[in-house]
Amino acid sequence: MNIVLLLAPFSVLLALAGLAAFWWTVKSGQYDDPMGDAARILADDPDDRPL
Amino acid sequence: MALTYDLSGADLSGFLRPREGGGRSLELLVKGARCANCLAKIEREVGALPGVAQARMNLTTGKLVVAFDGGAGDPAAVIRTLDEAGYPATPFDPGQALAAHDREGRRLALALAVAGFGAGNVMMFSVPVWAGLFGQELGPATRVLMQWLSAVIAAPCALYAGMPFFESAWRSLRRGRANMDVPISIGVILTLLISFVETILHGRDAYFDAAVSLLFLLLIGRWLDHQLRAKARSAAADLLAMQAPAAVVVGADGAERHRPLSEVAVGDLLVVRPGERIPVDGVVVSGQSAFDNALLTGETAPVDVAPGSACQAGAVNLSGTLKIRATAKSDDSALAAIARLVEAGAQSKSRYVRLADRAAALYVPVVHSLAAATFVGGWALGLGPREALLRAATVLIITCPCALGLAVPAVQITASGRLFRRGVLVKSGAALERLAEVDQVVLDKTGVLTEGRPRLIDAPPAVVALAAPLARASAHPLARALAAEAGPGPSAEGVVEFTGQGVEGLVDGRRARLGRAAFVGAPSVGSSETELWFGFDGDTKVRLRFSDHLRADAVQAVAALRKRGLSVRILSGDVAGPVERAARETGIDDWRAGLTPAEKAAEIEAATAAGGKVLMVGDGLNDTAALAKAHAAMAPGTSLDASQNAADLIFSGDDLMAVVDAIDVARAARKRALENFGFAAVYNAVAAPAAVLGLINPLIAALAMSGSSMVVTLNALRMNLTGRAR
Repeated sequence: MNIVLLLAPFSVLLALAGLAAFWWTVKSGQYDDPMGDAARILADDPDDRPL
Repeated sequence: MALTYDLSGADLSGFLRPREGGGRSLELLVKGARCANCLAKIEREVGALPGVAQARMNLTTGKLVVAFDGGAGDPAAVIRTLDEAGYPATPFDPGQALAAHDREGRRLALALAVAGFGAGNVMMFSVPVWAGLFGQELGPATRVLMQWLSAVIAAPCALYAGMPFFESAWRSLRRGRANMDVPISIGVILTLLISFVETILHGRDAYFDAAVSLLFLLLIGRWLDHQLRAKARSAAADLLAMQAPAAVVVGADGAERHRPLSEVAVGDLLVVRPGERIPVDGVVVSGQSAFDNALLTGETAPVDVAPGSACQAGAVNLSGTLKIRATAKSDDSALAAIARLVEAGAQSKSRYVRLADRAAALYVPVVHSLAAATFVGGWALGLGPREALLRAATVLIITCPCALGLAVPAVQITASGRLFRRGVLVKSGAALERLAEVDQVVLDKTGVLTEGRPRLIDAPPAVVALAAPLARASAHPLARALAAEAGPGPSAEGVVEFTGQGVEGLVDGRRARLGRAAFVGAPSVGSSETELWFGFDGDTKVRLRFSDHLRADAVQAVAALRKRGLSVRILSGDVAGPVERAARETGIDDWRAGLTPAEKAAEIEAATAAGGKVLMVGDGLNDTAALAKAHAAMAPGTSLDASQNAADLIFSGDDLMAVVDAIDVARAARKRALENFGFAAVYNAVAAPAAVLGLINPLIAALAMSGSSMVVTLNALRMNLTGRAR
């Protein structure tokens, strides 16, 4: 049973990491142009510098 | 009449914005970019221009951001490059309103993510607690530990994700009213408080999970609703940028500069070239020309202007270059106009109560009194305050207005999305509801039933062929219509254009003139038609008549409207002749011509007073009052800003069938929304008494509520299926 005390906080931390990752994707504008990003990946030398 | 502006060679430095980290940037609205190749081509060609640090195309919104190094930056070169590559571009001034709206969207997305995280992770601890209640394997100490862990995850998440609701509820309470966010906020806060008290007292009834999953579901609805409005807003902003991107201001040094409309001041000297629209009200200082006031008055015949004439914003300059002194500041600054475009239509119809609001007006007091009665009644009947409060919270949760908060936005975003793909822009959900109720349609003639641009009628081909070389050399709209009729060919030699009069030149070695009757030397005959005269020196003069043609599918659209049980009428400001012809060709018996804007509005009012619900379709300034008075209003995308302000829906493209499709979709959406309300009513009728009697706890309530949300959302999505099948 004691293992729960270790696993539960660990899984919460894991989920928090996921949440932080999502937060970062929103903040860095990765949902601003889904169509453009889908097209950009096909280019030979995509320009992926931040604007 | 859609006008594209020739911006090449213009000074557009007014649109350059300072960029973080030095340099300047320019935002452009680019038409026609759809695929990966377009994107690569645009970025490569613009990026190769001198001074350009970076070019980034957004395919989703159709915007291109160009970053320039240091003090460099030639917007005109960028636009020219894009034009040559086949993508017409217009400078775009996004304004504060759009940016603020975008921040709100991100905030909702983050709240949704946090609520989703909370709802998912709290189950790790709440599921063992609920399972333990049945099997009795969970000791009290472990249970309390699990409850505390749930609290640690759920409470902060619920407080963060609930902020949009709490803020809205607080705002409405301060104004002395209660909106739907009030019971939601009370329900969530009460549930959290009860759960904390239970946990501290080592009780069993902690419902942190219920509070956070409730918020998660509600935020989905909020976010969908926001997306719908964001889409409408950005489409409206694009429309505006395409129509009147800039005014040409003559500086003190005599140089001509393109400026955003918002920067034009009273007293500025403006240049308006043939084919352009008058940007702000003013007085003509120099030049002679004719105005097309079709959008302002509905009249198709051009009106002559000379120095001293007043001119209204929105008139189209037909023949000569004019200098105009601005007499009014443009209140059509991009910012104000975008805001008005989206909000004004809804405000002018504020008397209309939306379906969801009508339901909420019933729902909010009923739910509050039911919950209060449960608490008071339960306590009085000997339940104890703890149990009674718990039941009251359960009532608030289970009757949570998901049918109102989620199902109606879901229906409307599905409907709007379908119409958007069809080229119809829906400005608000209420507009769709009103459109579904209309029982009669009133059409304007110029620009609605007809294309709104002149075309040559019954002219002998031999004359057309002779006049065409002169017409090709002129920029006048009537001459262009003539040239279009004749097809490609050579231009006349030695052409001289007499501003506001006509053109003279050599055709087959003979001197010929094309233009007004007096200029060509023909006897002037009063006529309601728009006309040009053509003739060789000392020869017979021929009249070329022009008329506005019906839209290709006008007849089909009118028949389709009739088939849907709608009566169709024409109210036009134009003279009787053309209106009668349009009515005859489309088979409409009920038509009136020569109406002033006030008379049009009065006609609509009379029809409304007689119990009718009118859909007005109009494009001119003379339709604006009628559009605002009508139950629902539509305007073509080529219409004037003022008409688009007053309209609920804007359709682009050349086909009138868009009106019919919009009505179909609106009716289907109304049906889905009513079905959803019906389902919600049945659900509440069963669930609420069960909650009052204490048959269910808050967790089951939250689960039942989620189930009902799924059902209404799926029902809303059904709209897409029926659309595809057709």
